[in-house]
Amino acid sequence: MPEREQKRHRAPERETPEEAEEVAPSAKGEKLKAEMDDLLDEIDEVLEDNAEEFVRNYVQKGGQ
Amino acid sequence: MAVVKVCGTETEYGIQTIGMPDTNPIAASSMLVNAYVADVKRRAAWDFDDESPGRDARGYARKGSAAPDIETHLANAVLTDGARYYVDHAHPELSTPECSTAMELVCFDKAGELILERSMEAASRVLDPGQEIVVYKNNSDGKGNSYGCHENYLMDRSVPFARIAHQVTSHFVTRIIFAGAGKVGSEGPGSSAGTITFQLSQRADFFEEEIGLETTLKRPIVNTRDEPHADPRRFRRLHVIVGDANCAEVATFLKVGTTSIVLAMIEDDFLSSTGSDLTLASPVRAIREVSRDLGLSKPLDMATGRQMTAMEVQWELLRLGRKYAEDRGLECVGGSDPGGAILDRWEDVLNGLESDPASLARQLDWVAKKQLIDAYRERHGLPWTSKRLAALDLQYHDLRPERSLFRRLDTEHLVAEEDVERAVYEPPETTRAYFRGRCLERFAPWIASANWDSLVFDLGSDPLRRVPMMDPLKGTAAHVAALLDECETPQQLIERLGA
Repeated sequence: MPEREQKRHRAPERETPEEAEEVAPSAKGEKLKAEMDDLLDEIDEVLEDNAEEFVRNYVQKGGQ
Repeated sequence: MAVVKVCGTETEYGIQTIGMPDTNPIAASSMLVNAYVADVKRRAAWDFDDESPGRDARGYARKGSAAPDIETHLANAVLTDGARYYVDHAHPELSTPECSTAMELVCFDKAGELILERSMEAASRVLDPGQEIVVYKNNSDGKGNSYGCHENYLMDRSVPFARIAHQVTSHFVTRIIFAGAGKVGSEGPGSSAGTITFQLSQRADFFEEEIGLETTLKRPIVNTRDEPHADPRRFRRLHVIVGDANCAEVATFLKVGTTSIVLAMIEDDFLSSTGSDLTLASPVRAIREVSRDLGLSKPLDMATGRQMTAMEVQWELLRLGRKYAEDRGLECVGGSDPGGAILDRWEDVLNGLESDPASLARQLDWVAKKQLIDAYRERHGLPWTSKRLAALDLQYHDLRPERSLFRRLDTEHLVAEEDVERAVYEPPETTRAYFRGRCLERFAPWIASANWDSLVFDLGSDPLRRVPMMDPLKGTAAHVAALLDECETPQQLIERLGA
């Protein structure tokens, strides 16, 4: 096995802007989860009715 | 000194018809393009007849006309924003106008999506009830058929092509970690169904050669097409076929921005001068490895005999990019302001990918798609082979606003909606696309043909008059805006140009 390159390439530190939102991590996690739940509800509504047929019919010819 | 990295994308959109069993994709694509062009003309005529200049606020009036380029029976139009909209290989394809920075291209790439969206609306008005033409901004049908989102970059002709090909390959292979659009499963040679659940790139499965002229089979990572659409003694157009079509603006910005900087470094022979050797031992194998490495940690064999991960290659390219910016400046990518923004964003995204890729769900397509699919899979207890996941993957790229899953995500926008709206009709001001677009807006009835590197005027009695545009950086607003404003007729314009 060739020797694994150990050197890490780090770009110089830059100032990071202050956090725009000061939400505790757990609350933030719950908020994200709630948003994702809402999104999944929406997706259930808009996802093509017959997924199998939709996927089967999606055939593309001659592309670059 | 590297030439300005004039850039553009050509996107082949996936196309699907509903309730039209007798319509082939070529006919459907033509209908789509023709419906859009007819609709724009109708709007322009309506605005003109209405004699209500106040309506111009939305940018429709006197900016609508498009000249058909009569070189083929397939639909083929050049638009007033300088873009070309046509049918190619059974797909609707939109080539953006030439842009001078990555950020400008993000705007015109998005305007292209809006043009396709409006084309679907225009087509639906002339189709029977129950019929619909739908387009997708993706690169694969999931059955082994791929279609491209090509990029073009202006380069100095004096740079040996062998150097470009040799040095840019590792960037093309590893930029997938932020530029990939994500895909459920795998296709093509060497793929075994079921073992690959999800991968970073739509396109990686389809690349079988390191370098070559092909674009539709045995696709090469570096494409050798030499068609500069500019003065061939001074310029080269690097035609890049290896990328994914991105929906996320940050992904497009980084894909084009980082590539512009890497190409500038190659052009100035900066990479060689640093002694850095990022040559991959086997690029074709590596592109699949990178695409399928969701943990971003797989070591790739380098030509030097060592190994590096895609992340490490990208960190090294960024380090060199920062050094290049200090030593040579970033004039060729728009100066220190837009150029520096590319480097900063590049660094932010690499940091994010290293610490927690999920934190980039608002920035990168593959992360956003993966998160969505994981959550959906979990909720419904679906196996990776479920057709519902494949449907979700396709529908991420659906351009119908009410169906698009991408649109439902709260992704980060880099360009304002009103700028994208304007870019549907008005050309960029910083390249020759300005001259092309403004001439089409003003003098479309007298333009016999519009090409990337010329406009041909038919003024009636005289022979056709050709205006060459062999330098992509001439014909900008700074050069010709005043002249165009002063000319009331195409005859005056031709006379003033001495064409």
